[in-house]
Amino acid sequence: MTDVVSSGAARTSAAGTSLDHTPPSGEVTGGEPGQQPEAGLWGDARRQLIRKPMFVIPTIFVLIMTSLAVVPFLWTSKDPLACTVSGGLSRNPPSAEHWFGTSILGCDYYAQAIYGARNSLLIALVGAIGVVLIGGVIGMLAGFFGGWTDAILSRVTDIFLGLPFLLGAIVFLTVLKTRNPWTIAAALIILGWTVIARIMRGSVIAAKHLDYVQAAKALGASRSRLMFRHILPNAVAPVVVYATILLGLFVSAEATLTFLGVGLQPPSVSWGIMITQHDGYYHEDPFLLLIPVGFVVGTVLSFILIGDALRDALDPRLR
Amino acid sequence: MTADVTLDVEGVADPSRTGPALEVTDLQVEFRTRAGLAHAVNGVTFHVDAGETLAILGESGCGKSVTAQAVMGILDSPPGFVTGGQIRYRGKDLLKMSEQQRRAVRANQIAMIFQDALSALNPVFTVGFQLAELFRKHRGMSRAEGRKRAVELLDLVRIPAARQRVRDFPHQFSGGMRQRVMIAMALALDPEVLIADEPTTALDVTVQAQIMSLLAELQRERQMGLILITHDMGVVADVADRISVMYAGRMVEQAPVHEVYARPSHPYTKALLESVPRLDQKGRQLSVIQGLPPTLTAIPPGCAFNPRCRYAREECRQPPVPPLYEVADRHASACHFWQEVRQDD
Amino acid sequence: MTEPTAEVVLETRDLVKHFPLTRGVVFKRRVGAVQAVDHVNLQLHRGETLGVVGESGCGKSTLARLLVGLEQPTSGSILLHGRDTAKMSASQIRKARRDIQLVMQDPYTSLNPRMTVADIVGEPFAIHPEVLPAKRRRARVQELIELVGLNPDHINRYPHQFSGGQRQRIGIARALALNPKIILCDEPVSALDVSIQAQVINLLEELQDELGLSYLFIAHDLSVVRHIADRVAVMYLGKVVEIGTHEEIYDHPTHPYTQALLSAVPVPDPTLRGQRDEIVLEGDVPSPANPPSGCRFRTRCWKAEEICAEEEPPLVSRQQSAHPSACHFAEERDVIHAVG
Repeated sequence: MTDVVSSGAARTSAAGTSLDHTPPSGEVTGGEPGQQPEAGLWGDARRQLIRKPMFVIPTIFVLIMTSLAVVPFLWTSKDPLACTVSGGLSRNPPSAEHWFGTSILGCDYYAQAIYGARNSLLIALVGAIGVVLIGGVIGMLAGFFGGWTDAILSRVTDIFLGLPFLLGAIVFLTVLKTRNPWTIAAALIILGWTVIARIMRGSVIAAKHLDYVQAAKALGASRSRLMFRHILPNAVAPVVVYATILLGLFVSAEATLTFLGVGLQPPSVSWGIMITQHDGYYHEDPFLLLIPVGFVVGTVLSFILIGDALRDALDPRLR
Repeated sequence: MTADVTLDVEGVADPSRTGPALEVTDLQVEFRTRAGLAHAVNGVTFHVDAGETLAILGESGCGKSVTAQAVMGILDSPPGFVTGGQIRYRGKDLLKMSEQQRRAVRANQIAMIFQDALSALNPVFTVGFQLAELFRKHRGMSRAEGRKRAVELLDLVRIPAARQRVRDFPHQFSGGMRQRVMIAMALALDPEVLIADEPTTALDVTVQAQIMSLLAELQRERQMGLILITHDMGVVADVADRISVMYAGRMVEQAPVHEVYARPSHPYTKALLESVPRLDQKGRQLSVIQGLPPTLTAIPPGCAFNPRCRYAREECRQPPVPPLYEVADRHASACHFWQEVRQDD
Repeated sequence: MTEPTAEVVLETRDLVKHFPLTRGVVFKRRVGAVQAVDHVNLQLHRGETLGVVGESGCGKSTLARLLVGLEQPTSGSILLHGRDTAKMSASQIRKARRDIQLVMQDPYTSLNPRMTVADIVGEPFAIHPEVLPAKRRRARVQELIELVGLNPDHINRYPHQFSGGQRQRIGIARALALNPKIILCDEPVSALDVSIQAQVINLLEELQDELGLSYLFIAHDLSVVRHIADRVAVMYLGKVVEIGTHEEIYDHPTHPYTQALLSAVPVPDPTLRGQRDEIVLEGDVPSPANPPSGCRFRTRCWKAEEICAEEEPPLVSRQQSAHPSACHFAEERDVIHAVG
């Protein structure tokens, strides 16, 4: 990010990209006017993204993780819950038969990591999508309409913001009794949407007063046009960034809730459970902890890199 | 005006206040940005005498503000770097001084006022406190003395009810009053050179007139050298003694003010003068300078103005850059064809 | 120059806009009002340029926002081609709005950075789809881009790839898209460099001749207004204080505020230094939330007497003023030329 440069440099770089009436020599212009491809925000963003390794590599990683979650049986023939304790020692180091070794219960650790992706990713994804939808819509409405709508929605947001995250999740999951990926995601959504709502409200209010929104309004643009063409694209960037961070946070929140005994429990398989079960054995067999942590970190990092690239691509000024 | 006596005497009585106060020679500044190396200032030479007003005139991006920042030593670095030249205050090269020595010069001898007074003043302290602080730090005065001086200064810049207003915060002043506060701060330590970077651009015209006449008066009284950085040819005509016109980081014309307006000798200056609408004339077709100022990362070879110039020939498109030709007494123009430019009318 | 008989395309009658000042978030109490525009009567004729000048806070921008429908008037009316916009149905207003377009001040903020030039200039058609069938829009956008002097090949670029002057041309192209009769220019050149200003001013003049447009030209720069306007209205604190042809206002000003304003504008000619009649006003513009009684200018006026505080001077022609001037003591005074 080089947004923050001195005014002198900003001016020079602005001048650096300005064009003369006639295109500078050496530049390829698209032939006849009528034959140019239609340009648009998303089309241009896509064309730019596929050329960026910092987007392509994390995307491939996320796609692989997604395929683990969707079709784990293509990646391993072993059953993650078929556990055998052999030779008196359940924790076996990686071998030809067990690529990642075995867990304390003697289960194939590779199969567990593969099958664990589904629950971990499902919770994080459903949680993040839910948070963005609920928080985004509420923040958008509050910011766009202002007045009474804003007063009420903001107070509701404040109430939820007052709930402590962990305590709230523990109480919610204890009361609910059923513990599956959906209820855990629900807990994360209920306690997590408020921050997105606040970010969204702030950026919508900032965007609402910009000149080009006023210009469109003066042209007679409808509310939905103002909202979706002018305000939202210019307000969504901080939400996208925060959402990718949330994806990472939720992967680890799943692990935390599991650790506290209110998340998923064995015999379910998830990266969180794998971390919780083996955190005491780090000194003897570090691989037991490092493997699931590696999956979590890799996924979280990928999401953050994707979010970063996406934000840059959606801002033509940064291209 | 009675309150300014104590502040004034030092300035006028100082016999050293004659001759060039500040001399800048062949100053070069570049910005190392992601978009490449931007040559913001490319060998600028000028000087300002005590009691004189030098206007540096140019459009945005011509390097006039960067020059001022380099002289003050407040250039953002990185990305900006002074890569050559000398900035001499009373013979001493500021660029060779230690940061600490420079800071002393900056506070006591060379001061600057900015376009945006609101962001140049600290919003969380009263203006009285900010002024008194200067006296305490640099003159070792007591709190009470500093406060007394602060009131005197606000009086000096004609802020009504100064005694009460020292207790106000910057946002409680109107735009014009805020600019006066900034002038008061700049003058507090009685500098010899004042650099004013677009001091009235953000103000309404009636307020602009007040501020400019205040500045001119204070400058006369204290024999300060004033460097006025602006794009407004009207303001320049009203207050400047000499003018330096900048384009793409270079001085293209330097002359006494009457000379510039009567006989502009560089095509750029001439075109600028012809493109401003005038209050006292109607119906004149505005002449237009075609095209845009060059990108500072890719300044055209030869004369930087050549792609937009109606006098340009092959010679102008080749290096070297035209030197400053002496076209008349104290009048220099960086154009190979200055004779032609002067003849045309 | 326009014929004095040319039809009136836009008119305001006693137009008033007060912004209420409130306290409290949910239960709002009204504690006063900012009188941004106060009983303004203006007429804009076909093909003419009416300049509106004044300092910040005089209400000129609010006037523009009222005229394009971004604000609703507190009272008074806006007549478009002789028809009161307040009495129109929603669909009629929508249609009427196509005739009156806005060019904004800051070319850096008035274009959506995430839309291409084609989208920006084509947006009026997207909002008013009945004007032009979708498949002809792209060609029309290219026509418009060419009309304002830009390269039509560049329509797939984003605003940040253009310089300030070019962006302002894009803004003008957007305003021209629906073939309006009237264009409101709200400080269209004040954010531009001098050499670029001239380009845009000349473009506006060419377009006016070519398309028969009427301009309401709002600016604080009196030199620019002198250059472009046929008639000029001077505003102070929400009111028009003097109105007339450009000669009447610039060469024969009769209101003290107009005189002070003109006198304060520097002329790029050092030989006039000290030769002009100089009026330096004291103090700042009072707050429009609490304007002075009677004549609003009296607190800064050197001519003010008791009557000025008691009685508001109407905007009428007077013995000493051939054109309407809202001053009890209206009197000619030349402030822009060298004296004697």
